[in-house]
Amino acid sequence: MEGNLNLVGYGLSAIGGAIGVGLVFAAYINGVARQPEAQRVLQPIAFLGLALTEALAILGLVFAFVL
Amino acid sequence: MHLPEILPWGVPYGEGFGKQMLLILVAVALIAWFFVAASRRRELVPGKLQYLGEMSYNFVRNSVGKDIIGEHDYKPYVPLLFSLFFFILVNNLFGSIPLLQLPTPSHVGTAYALAGMVYITWIVLGIKKHGIGYFKLAVVPSGVPKAILPLVVVIEIISTFLVRPVTHSLRLFATMLAGHLIIMLAAAGSEFLLLHGEGLIKPLGVLTIAGGVGMYLFEILIQVLQAYVFTLLTAIYIQGSLAESH
Repeated sequence: MEGNLNLVGYGLSAIGGAIGVGLVFAAYINGVARQPEAQRVLQPIAFLGLALTEALAILGLVFAFVL
Repeated sequence: MHLPEILPWGVPYGEGFGKQMLLILVAVALIAWFFVAASRRRELVPGKLQYLGEMSYNFVRNSVGKDIIGEHDYKPYVPLLFSLFFFILVNNLFGSIPLLQLPTPSHVGTAYALAGMVYITWIVLGIKKHGIGYFKLAVVPSGVPKAILPLVVVIEIISTFLVRPVTHSLRLFATMLAGHLIIMLAAAGSEFLLLHGEGLIKPLGVLTIAGGVGMYLFEILIQVLQAYVFTLLTAIYIQGSLAESH
């Protein structure tokens, strides 16, 4: 077996980002289900949350390549 | 792994005018052609082409510009948001067009250029609006106790002025690169399993082909979503530098 352990590490670190994105969208869907007219307000907030959470996974990907 | 360059013909990757640069020019020509054609014969009751053009313009104008930046001062930024959205959208979708098969932002230079432009834009806008006090406004949140202020300011400086442009560009680059890689991985994997696999391994190639097609379709969704997210974040950053308080 050959390969780089970085990639395994990145796979593990992506779990955090995945849970975060899941939580963001779970909250978004919950909010829209309870109050459908709030969808226009919630949508940008949800995508902002997605972007901020995803930043961690992206930094992880970069470090997996760099280090 | 990379194709050789086009101009001068066949020189190694990174030394000349390559496929990605050509695709950028094609994207610009395509977008210009489409919107000129859509707005050439304007009528009160729009035809199909005009309707499509108006709908896509309205999408960026209303759901990104108006909703985020605000009713009062979103108008000057609509052209920026609009061109960013369609430039990135078309460039991303090149990744899912057979034969082209290369999203331009999968080269990190494209993403750096776009995000760098946005970075300069929102800093300049903030300084224009608030003067030099903009930097204080940007890094000192209101309502934080004095004792932990030094810590918060350091974190804010890092997250606003250093990490923000990096993640803004790498988000686009990384998703496009990953999508490009995963399709290539599926194709190479199927080739290996079907042609060189032995015994029971061989039929598994069918599964990787099915997975590859699934990822290909999923990738289209990601490409549209990333164009949207990039534009949305641009609007949020501009709104942040125009806002009165942190």
